[in-house]
Amino acid sequence: MSATTTAPKSGSTALPAFRPSMKVPLSLGILALLALVFFGFLGPDQTAEMKISDAGDAVAVPALMIPGQVGGVVFGIVLLAMAAYSIYLWTQGERSPKWLPIAFAVVFVFALLVWIVAGARQPSISLAGLVAGSVTLAVPLVFGSLSGVLCERVGVVNIAIEGQLLGGAFTAALVATMTGSPYIGLIAAAAAGAAVSMVLAVFSIKYLVNQIIVGVVLNVLVSGLTGFLYGTLMVPNKEQFNTPGRLDILPIPLLSDIPIIGPILFEQSIAGYLMYIAVAVVWFGLFKTRWGLRVRAVGEHPQAADTLGINVNATRFWNVTLGGAIAGIGGAVFTLVTIDSFTKDISGGRGFIALAALIFGRWNPIGAFLASLLFGFAYNLQSILGIIGTPVPSQFMAMLPYLVTIFAVAGLVGKSRGPAASGIPYVKG
Amino acid sequence: MTDKNQSNDEQTPALSTEDQSTADLRAADVSLDTAGGMLEPSIVPVSSQSGASGPQQNSLMRRIVMGNGFVSVLAVIVALFLGGLLIASTDAQVAKTAGYLFARPTDFLSALWSAMTESYVALFQGSVFSAREGFKPLLETMTVATPLICAGLGVALAFRAGLFNIGAQGQIIISATLAAYVGFAWHLPFGLHLLVVIIMGVLGGALWGAIVGILKARTGAHEVIVTIMLNYVALFLLDFLLNTAAFRRPGDNSPISPRIDESATYPILIPGSRLHVGFLVAIALTFGVWWLLNRSTIGFEFRAVGANPVAARTAGVKVSRATILVMAMAGALAAFGGVAQVSGTEKVLTGGVAAQIGFDAITVALLGRSKPWGTFFAGLLFGAFRAGAVQMQIQTGTPIDIVLVVQSLIVLFIAAPPLIRSIFRLEPKKKNKTPKAAPKAALVNASGGAK
Repeated sequence: MSATTTAPKSGSTALPAFRPSMKVPLSLGILALLALVFFGFLGPDQTAEMKISDAGDAVAVPALMIPGQVGGVVFGIVLLAMAAYSIYLWTQGERSPKWLPIAFAVVFVFALLVWIVAGARQPSISLAGLVAGSVTLAVPLVFGSLSGVLCERVGVVNIAIEGQLLGGAFTAALVATMTGSPYIGLIAAAAAGAAVSMVLAVFSIKYLVNQIIVGVVLNVLVSGLTGFLYGTLMVPNKEQFNTPGRLDILPIPLLSDIPIIGPILFEQSIAGYLMYIAVAVVWFGLFKTRWGLRVRAVGEHPQAADTLGINVNATRFWNVTLGGAIAGIGGAVFTLVTIDSFTKDISGGRGFIALAALIFGRWNPIGAFLASLLFGFAYNLQSILGIIGTPVPSQFMAMLPYLVTIFAVAGLVGKSRGPAASGIPYVKG
Repeated sequence: MTDKNQSNDEQTPALSTEDQSTADLRAADVSLDTAGGMLEPSIVPVSSQSGASGPQQNSLMRRIVMGNGFVSVLAVIVALFLGGLLIASTDAQVAKTAGYLFARPTDFLSALWSAMTESYVALFQGSVFSAREGFKPLLETMTVATPLICAGLGVALAFRAGLFNIGAQGQIIISATLAAYVGFAWHLPFGLHLLVVIIMGVLGGALWGAIVGILKARTGAHEVIVTIMLNYVALFLLDFLLNTAAFRRPGDNSPISPRIDESATYPILIPGSRLHVGFLVAIALTFGVWWLLNRSTIGFEFRAVGANPVAARTAGVKVSRATILVMAMAGALAAFGGVAQVSGTEKVLTGGVAAQIGFDAITVALLGRSKPWGTFFAGLLFGAFRAGAVQMQIQTGTPIDIVLVVQSLIVLFIAAPPLIRSIFRLEPKKKNKTPKAAPKAALVNASGGAK
C-alpha cells in the first residue's frame, strides 16, 4: 500500500525529529519472548513428525523429526534474533524492512505448528497435505479480498464481499446445472458478483447512501434471495437446478510432479490458476499502470483526481463492478471446486475473513494474498487439530484470523490504514 | 477506514507524533490548494478527512434522522410488493398460466395475485390475528420483537453518535452466555437471582461494546471492522464454552447448557403465551434512550459527536470519552436482548441463542431512523415478520428467507429516499435530476460548516 510505504519518507523530510514507530520492534520482541517461554521452556517433550511427501510420491523425502522442547528453544532464539535486529534498526532511526515481519511470521507459525503437533495425542502431521489444504481453502478468500482491494482502493468500502461470494456460488451452481457446463457457470458467477457490486455502486455512488449500510444490507439481501431460491427451486428439483458438476483439475505436465509444491501450485482447476493470475494482474495494474495510478488517486484524494480530469464516479463504478466479478469467481469455487452443489449460506462468513485479509494485507493485492493464505492455513489447521487431538481447542484457532485483524486495525501489529477517501461519497463541486 | 483518520489526528500520538499530526492538520487547507502534485498520503489523509468526513457523516445522520415517515411507509409497501413478485415468480400456478398469458391474461393475473397474497395472509395470521387463535399470534410477535427492540436501540444509539455498531450480535452472545451461566450455575433466592442475571449479562455486553469504543478512541481502529471481528470471536468463544464441562449438561455431550433456574427467568406476562416481562423492560429502555438522547447532557454530547466530531471537540466535548461511553451503552442495550433470549424466550444456552438478532437489529435501527420510538415500532414490525414467517412456511411452503429479502429491500429503499421518490414521481418538477439533486443539497449544506 502506497500510504504506508511512502509515509515514512514524507514524514522524515517534513520533520527532522522523525522516529519510526516503536510498535513493530516491540511487538516482535514480546512475541519472540512468548515463543521462547511457551514453545521452548514450557514446550511439550514429544517429538513432532512432519511428513513431507506422501507414500505414493515419485520422490520420497524423509519426514522432519523435530523434538518439541529443543525445537521450541531454537525457534525462540531465531525469533529473538529477528526481534533484536528490528530493535537495533529502530535505535538507528530506521524502519524494519518489509520482509522482516513476514519472515518472523513464517518462523512463528512454524514454531506454533511444532508446538501444537508435539503436544498432540498423535504427534504426526502431513506437511504437504496441510499446505495444500490451506491453499484450497484460501482460494475464495483471495478472490474476495482482491475484490475488497479494488473497491477500497478506489474509495468504496466493500462490506458486501460476503454477498458477492454467496451470489457467485449460487449462480455458478444454478447456471452450471442448467447449461451442463461448469465453465459457463464460472462466467455466470462473475456476472452475478458484478451484479451485486453494481447495486453497491449505484446506491453508494449515485444515491450517496452510506456504503457500510448498503454493504451490510446487501449481504442480508443476497442471503435471503439465495436462501429463498434454494428452498423453492433447488431443494425440490435437485437434478434440474443443483448438480453443477466440478471444474476439471488441469495438472500442468512435469511441473505438477515436483514434490510438495507441484500439487499445490500446478494441479489446480482453472479457478486456482485464475487466482494467481488475478493477484498478479491486480497488483501490476494498480501499481505499474496509468489506470492504477488513477484508481489510487481517486481513492486517496478524489478532488485532486477530478481536477486532473479523471471522472471520479465512473472510475469508482467500474472498479467496484470489476471487484464484484472477481469475488463472484471466488464464490464459484465453493460450488464448482470444493463441493459440487449449493447449500444455504455456503460462504459461511468467509467474506468477512476476506475483508480481514485485505485489511491485514494492508490494501495491497499481494499482502491480501499472503494474508488469505495465512487465514486459510488457520482454517485448515483448525480442522486438523481436531483429528490429531491437541490440547488447544480448535475454536481458538478459528478465532485467530479475527483477533489478528483486530490487533492489525488497532495498530498493535504494524499500522494498517486504508485509502484516505474510502467510504466517502464524492460530489462534484 | 474512514473515521479512523479523524480520531487519529489528536488522540493517537502513538501512531504518528503529536506535532506531526497537528502540523498536518494545519497544512490541510494548504495541501488542498496544491493538490496537483501532492498525492503524498501522509498529508492527504488528514486534509481530506477534516474536510470530507464531516459532510459524509453529517449527510448520513441527516438521512437516518431527518427523512420523512411517508417514505418509510412507501418503502415497506414497495418491498412487500417486490417480495410478493419473487414469491409469485417461483409459484407453479403462475408459471403454468404464464404459458397462455396472451390467450387468457386474467388467469395469469389472478394466479399472480393469489400467489402474492397467500403468503402474506399467512404471515399476517401468524403474526397478528387469526380466526382460530384470536390475537395470540400478536403476543408471539411481541415476544420475538423484545430482543430485536433492545438490540436495535443499541445500534440506534451508536448511530446517533456517528458510530456503526455492527457488533450487536457479539454483544448479545456474550451477555446471553454470562446471563445463562449465572442462571443455571448460581442458585440464588427468587427476585435476587433474576436481578443478578440481568446485571451480569448487561455488564458483559457493555464490556464487549466498550472494547470497541476504547480501541476506536485510543487507536483509531474502525469500529465496523472491530465489531465484525468481535462478533466472530464471541461466536467461537460461545462454541468453545458450550463444549466445556462447566457449560454442558451433566451426562450430555451435545453443546447445550442446563435449563436456567425458575428464579432466573422473566415472569410470564399473559398466561398461555410466551410474552414475558422482558417486553416491559424493552419499553422502559426505549423510553430511557429517548430521555437520554433528548433530555440529558450526555445524550446531547453523543448527538454533537455524531453530527460533527470536530465541532464537538472544539466545543469542549470529550470525544474519546463519549465514544467509549456510547459503545458501552450500546453494548448494554444489546445485552438486554441477550438476557431476554436466555431468561425470557429460550431458557437455555445454545450456539444459536443469538440467531440473527444482532444483524436484524441493524435493519431495525435503520428502519426506525435511529429514533428510540421509531426503533421500537420497527422492532415490532420485524418481530411480526419473524413470528409470522414460521406460520407462512408451514401453510404455504414459502421459505422464511423471503423475510430477509423484504427486510433488506425496506432498508435499501429507506436509505435512498430519492429512489422511492423517483419511483412514485414525488418530485415531478426535476424528474431527471431527482436522484442527484436532493442529497447534493444536503451535502453542500453540511460541508459548508466543515470547510
